[in-house]
This record gives sequence, structure tokens and C-alpha cells, in this order.
Amino acid sequence: MATSKDRILLAVIGDEDTVTGMLLAGIGQVDQRQKRNFLVVDSKTNVPAIETAFEEFTQRKDIAILLINQHIAEKIRPLVDKYEQAFPALLEIPSKDHPYDPNKDSVLKRVQKLFGE
Amino acid sequence: MSGAGPRENIFPTRMALTNTKLRLKGAQTGHSLLAKKRDALTTRFRAILRRVDEAKRKMGRVMQLASFSLAEVTYATGDIAYLVQEQAKTATFRVKAKQENVSGVVLPTFEVDRVPGTDFNLTGLGRGGQQVIRAKEVYAKAVETLVELASLQTAFMILDEVIRATNRRVNAIEHVVIPRLENTIKYILSELDEMDREEFFRLKKVQGKKKRDAETAETQRRLLEETQESVDITPELGGGGGDLLSSKDEDVIF
Repeated sequence: MATSKDRILLAVIGDEDTVTGMLLAGIGQVDQRQKRNFLVVDSKTNVPAIETAFEEFTQRKDIAILLINQHIAEKIRPLVDKYEQAFPALLEIPSKDHPYDPNKDSVLKRVQKLFGE
Repeated sequence: MSGAGPRENIFPTRMALTNTKLRLKGAQTGHSLLAKKRDALTTRFRAILRRVDEAKRKMGRVMQLASFSLAEVTYATGDIAYLVQEQAKTATFRVKAKQENVSGVVLPTFEVDRVPGTDFNLTGLGRGGQQVIRAKEVYAKAVETLVELASLQTAFMILDEVIRATNRRVNAIEHVVIPRLENTIKYILSELDEMDREEFFRLKKVQGKKKRDAETAETQRRLLEETQESVDITPELGGGGGDLLSSKDEDVIF
């Protein structure tokens, strides 16, 4: 787990409000090549763009936690369900317009499968 | 008895028996150790599961509060989203990974590592500065909760994987390795017994053959003696015992 020491950033894929809030908290990081660790998804963002960002964030070595709005995770659900790496930890978070639904969360789905419910 | 079930391809000797018995003992020790490890991990896993579940629900409430405070900001200052996105340069809110050891499994836990200072000094300068500061704090709290949840979740994923591997090993030892070693021991024992019986039978045979040979030799000798007696009856009459050394007995080798 030598690499886990280098993972210090949080990344976020979310709607405008969520990203703004997270940035206010201070998680934003823009490196020398103008690469950001956040992606704003609005109604005009297409699914391949989200998928590319997701792939990029999950492959970056400095990201410890990837936050993604649940309704956006829903759009790339196959990719999210397939994701099983421990790092970065993938976290589905609620957004303002979309309340949190535990039944859709890929991790909670696994929890429930384990409990046999 | 010996042919039942798979066994090691091994030559049935006493040494192989000793070795196999040792290996069986080793496998049993390993099995009990792994079973203990599995139990320890499962206990931990259950605890984490419960906390993950709780934290996920708590997150819903926290995020709601945070969105509300952002709505206040928007109300007071107008839309700051674009400004904030452009001004973000370096992360002041970072995480530090720490490691925790649960029976040989390294579980990472994230800790919040905040650097003082902010990229958004000028945000809300005109109006709504207070709301912006409040929103910052609320969001920082929310992200802290999220970080906590993330470390729980990572632990959950890793533990899940490790428990599965351990289970596989426990089951493999229980259902494959131990039966196979037991079969091998049975096989070696039965082969050794078989060899014992064969040896015993062979010895019996040899003994029987020797006995038969001795008997034939005896009868032959007696026959010879009788014929000799009938021929040499006269000289022996007076002699009584006679000289044993003078007559050659073919049974006596030396």
C-alpha cells in the first residue's frame, strides 16, 4: 500500500451546486497542465464525457476519494457497478435536486446482498 | 478403502507415511488458524457494515444541510459557481491515509488534513460574505463526513476481498487438502498391511517348502539306512553301537 500515501486529493463529479460547494470547502486542485480534479455535469454534458472523466479520475494516482453525484452515477451505472478497486474510494453522494436513494448505491447493493436481504 | 477419493501420487513407504502424517497435521493447524482469522475478520466486517450503513444515511442529511447553505449564498450574492470554479487552484482540503492492521490485513483510513488559507478570498466581497463563509464551513463539515464514510467504504471493500480469499482457502483445505492427505495415509497403510501379509505368506511358503524338503530327505535317508542295514547286518551284530564317524551321513554337512 505504498501508493496510498500519495493519495491526498478528493475528486468530484457532480452538478454545478455540488461542485461549487465542494470547491468552497477547498478540495479543488488545478495542476500545471490545467488538469482539474472536478467535473461539472449539466444537462448538456454527454455520457461519454462523464465516462472519460470517471476513467481519468479513477486512474490518477493522487486521488484518494472520488465523489460522484448519485444521479450522475446512474448515467454511467454499468461502469460504476464494475468498479471494484479500493483506491480511489468511490462514493455516491446525494445532490440538491436528487435525494439520496440507498437502493441505487452500488456499495449498499453489495451490503444488502451480503446480508441476504 | 484405499482407492476411494483422490490421493497423492506417492510410493507407499513408512517414510512417506510419516511425511504425510506430518503434512496432515500441518494442514489441520493451518485450517484452524485460517478459520480463526476468518472469524476475526468477519466480526470486524460486520461492525464496519453497520457503520457504513449508518454513515450513508447520515450523509444524506448532511448534504441536504450543505445544499441549503449554498442556496443561501446564491440568494445573497448571486451565482458564484463560475467564479469559484475558475479560482480553484490548490487544494486546501486534503486527506492523509493512515493504516490499520486487522489480523494481517492492512486497512487504510483517511484522515482530513486541512491547510489554512483559501483560494476564494474575494468571493462574496461585495455582499453575502458571511453566507459564503458559513457555506464553506458547512461544506467542510459535510466533506469530513464523506471522508469518514470513504475510509469505512474502502475498509469494507478490502475486507470483503480478503474474507473471500480466506474463505476460499479454508474451504480448499477442509474439502480438498485434508481429505486427500487422509486418503493418502489410508492408501499407504493398506499397502503396508498388504505387504506385511504378503511377506508373512511368503515366509510360510518358504517354511512349508523347507519342511517338505526335510521330510523327503528323511525318508530317503531312512530308505538308504534300511537297505544298508539289510546288507551290513552281519558286521554290526557283534559291534553293538558301531562307529558313527565311519558311516557317512549325507544330511550332516560338516
